Amino acid sequence: MFGWTRVSSLTNPPEAASGRLPPRGAPAADGLSPTRAGTGGKAGAGEPERGVSASPGARAWQRFRRNRLGFGSLLLFTALVLVSLLAEVVSNDRPLVVKYEGSYYVPMLKDYPEKTFGGDFETATDYLDPFIRSKLSTGSNWAVYAPNPYGPKTLNYFAKEPNPSRPTRDNWLGTDDRGRDLLAQLLYGFRVSVLFAFALTFTGVVLGVLSGAVQGYFGGKTDLAFQRFMEIWGSMPELYLLIIFSAVFAPSISLLLVLLSLFGWLGLSDYVRAEFLRNRQLDYVRAARAMGLSSWQVITRHVLPNSMTPVVTFLPFRMSAAILALTSLDFLGLGVPPGTPSLGELLSQGKNSIDAWWISLSTFVVLVTTLLLLTFMGDALRDALDPRKSQE
Amino acid sequence: MSAVPLLQVQDLRVSFAGKEVVCGIDFSVAAGEKLALVGESGSGKTVTALSLLGLVQGARSAGQAFFAARPDESKDMPAQDLLALSERDLRGIRGRDIAMIFQEPMTALNPLFSVGEQIAEVLQLKQGLSPAQAQEAAVGLLADTGIPEPARRARAYPHQLSGGQRQRAMIAMALACQPRLLLADEPTTALDVSLRVQILELLSTLQKRNGMAVLLITHDLNLVRHFADRIAVMENGLIVEQGKVADVFANPQHPYTRKLMDSEPVRDVIENPPVGDGPPVAQARELIVSYPVKLPGLKGWFKQGEFVAVQGASFSLPKGQTLGVVGESGSGKSTLALALLGLQPSKGELRLSGRAWSADVAANKALRRSVQVVFQDPFSSLSPRMTVEEIVGEGLRVHQPGLSIAQRQLRVLQALDDVGMSQVQFPRLLQRYPHEFSGGQRQRLAIARALMVEPDLLVLDEPTSALDVTVQKQVLQLLQKLQRERGLSYLLITHDVAVIRAMAHQVLVMKDGEILESGPMAQVLAAPQHPYTQLLVGQLN
Repeated sequence: MFGWTRVSSLTNPPEAASGRLPPRGAPAADGLSPTRAGTGGKAGAGEPERGVSASPGARAWQRFRRNRLGFGSLLLFTALVLVSLLAEVVSNDRPLVVKYEGSYYVPMLKDYPEKTFGGDFETATDYLDPFIRSKLSTGSNWAVYAPNPYGPKTLNYFAKEPNPSRPTRDNWLGTDDRGRDLLAQLLYGFRVSVLFAFALTFTGVVLGVLSGAVQGYFGGKTDLAFQRFMEIWGSMPELYLLIIFSAVFAPSISLLLVLLSLFGWLGLSDYVRAEFLRNRQLDYVRAARAMGLSSWQVITRHVLPNSMTPVVTFLPFRMSAAILALTSLDFLGLGVPPGTPSLGELLSQGKNSIDAWWISLSTFVVLVTTLLLLTFMGDALRDALDPRKSQE
Repeated sequence: MSAVPLLQVQDLRVSFAGKEVVCGIDFSVAAGEKLALVGESGSGKTVTALSLLGLVQGARSAGQAFFAARPDESKDMPAQDLLALSERDLRGIRGRDIAMIFQEPMTALNPLFSVGEQIAEVLQLKQGLSPAQAQEAAVGLLADTGIPEPARRARAYPHQLSGGQRQRAMIAMALACQPRLLLADEPTTALDVSLRVQILELLSTLQKRNGMAVLLITHDLNLVRHFADRIAVMENGLIVEQGKVADVFANPQHPYTRKLMDSEPVRDVIENPPVGDGPPVAQARELIVSYPVKLPGLKGWFKQGEFVAVQGASFSLPKGQTLGVVGESGSGKSTLALALLGLQPSKGELRLSGRAWSADVAANKALRRSVQVVFQDPFSSLSPRMTVEEIVGEGLRVHQPGLSIAQRQLRVLQALDDVGMSQVQFPRLLQRYPHEFSGGQRQRLAIARALMVEPDLLVLDEPTSALDVTVQKQVLQLLQKLQRERGLSYLLITHDVAVIRAMAHQVLVMKDGEILESGPMAQVLAAPQHPYTQLLVGQLN
């Protein structure tokens, strides 16, 4: 159940970010001695190497880039996500392109009956069939296969070992207990996890910022009412609701997304509310109100941009919490519908066939790597946005 | 005074990450002497003091600072170099031989312990007293600082004391072990004006009685004149001039010293500007502003209490004049400003050029154009994520949305030019962010933002109190110029009588939400009627 505790903690990341305004303390303190006031504003520029004024966001990005571990993690994670988005090219049981007897085919995108390639039946071609393979490589025919010639649901009927098969030349990471290629499973499972995490983070941020902004900016009775509502809402037993709903409705990713989103915004909302409560007191907000800006303009132009620090800081942590949440639910069998490649389902397979160490081990490695990369990114981001560290 | 100085600093250099902030300074403090280290913010004066005690983190210090050994310990002990001492030896010196008091007593005291406990702790650590003895001695020390009911105050926690009492408690703590040198870092800056002299007098009395030397760090030349024996003027990490206070004040040698001496604001306003036919720019009669506060206990569940911040204020501000509002923190002067800006609901009559604020947001829009504000803290009054163009041009976007981008840029540049900031001086001025500007420049940006919509009335809420004296003078001169040229009216809120003297036509004196005295500036300052006003005005001379 350890994963479950993280599901709720996905809204309460480990360490509260400082409520401070990132760009304020730092450069204001250095070099801005008024004795030099007349000589030019450049004296105060935090990074003298650039003549052009850098926005606070750009300076935070500079600091982030200087953190090698964090920036490296970002690059690696981006690369992994890109590869998984192109999973159909990397791991597919159909050839990408086929030239057969003078005409070109794109089996990756289109189904062709077996007859097309000289088979006997009208059914869709099984490109792993040795007969078809030999047809596609005779004469001037050729086919470009994906590097890992298995899709997420492909059963390797021609495996040389019983299922689950240990890592072999055919299945680099072995197969699971149904004979599906593990590498393909991991690749597609990773993609599902990451996309799900993106979606969950997105909805959580939108809802959280919206409710936090309304509470923090208007304060008073609005705030009070919202806070009580959130307390009631937050004390609903999320897990049992999920179990009940997965019994009532057919399990699907979108249902899962909706259910987790209903609770995913609570923690962030508190942070945004606190930032808004603080920022709306500041003089620039008062000046804007005295200028005659509407509440909406004050919020979007002044308060919101200066309140995004906790939101940005927690994005990676929320991502990792979301991935972990999905994995835990899949592990319990409450997650994605059966047949969908998923890390949690692989873990549960690993638990059931403990001898097939390659299942548990490789899934574990993928999961840990993903979460670790996200944590490194989160740490670096927190440092980059921390006003106290930005003085260096 | 002995021939050997108590503290002899030679070629002190302090640098942060390769950047030198103190660039080789020499000075000495004799036993029982009061030396004032004067300079503006960023001149390195605080870093100098902190580096003597090894309290600057992440800095590299070089040079020597010889501190004479205690005479009673051994006669022939040579002076120790503070900068060469180990952290352990320094810890022995801190508090016992050299003590320090800070600017902000609230952050320097631990909120979790009573002040008595904190003073007693020092005594136990440094003098090995038993807890009971230490507690008793702590009460005695608090009594020395003139805190009434010291035994009761010793049991109070920092938040239960007033600002002045906290500073007294800090002093009691610093003096607990009868140090030979006291480093006082802006000890009165955070205090209200009426308390400043009291605290300095207290320091003076205690200094004479204990025969200790004091290194006073300040930017306030008035304090120096009253308090110190010698003065050292610092600029950009260098001591540019030092000598006897009387000599330096009578005959300053260095241009920077002269500039500092000369930074008293000068009155340069039109005394009787032509009054238009229309109604006064701002007029209030029996204005009451109150905040809802939570009542304690069960009562608070059912109804809210009321805190009256401004009680029955009446004034009238004609075109082209300045109404100065003087008072201490908590006197309700900033609340008055918020009410005038229509940001805080008020009762009673309040009219701006004959019009009143309404509850309807849209109806207020035109009125918003006629009254603008400049706040005290130039660091929180500009949004750090907006460029100069966005900040200054914001008023135009709201009130003249029809302007094209090019027109708006032109107007913004013109407004910036009016406040003395040009693109020649700051290339790509419009694309810069506030963090690149100093306090005075930010304040100019804030003024430009306010002037953008061409208001009749500018509310200036302590516009210069966060700035250094020389910059303060420049900003006041700018405000005076703008008033002369445009016939602006100012509501100027300040605690500084010198600023009032330079700027105001009329004065309101506020305390605890009430107006104690009002009238023409010359009359109120020359012949104050109310005892409180007399106290305030007396500070200056």
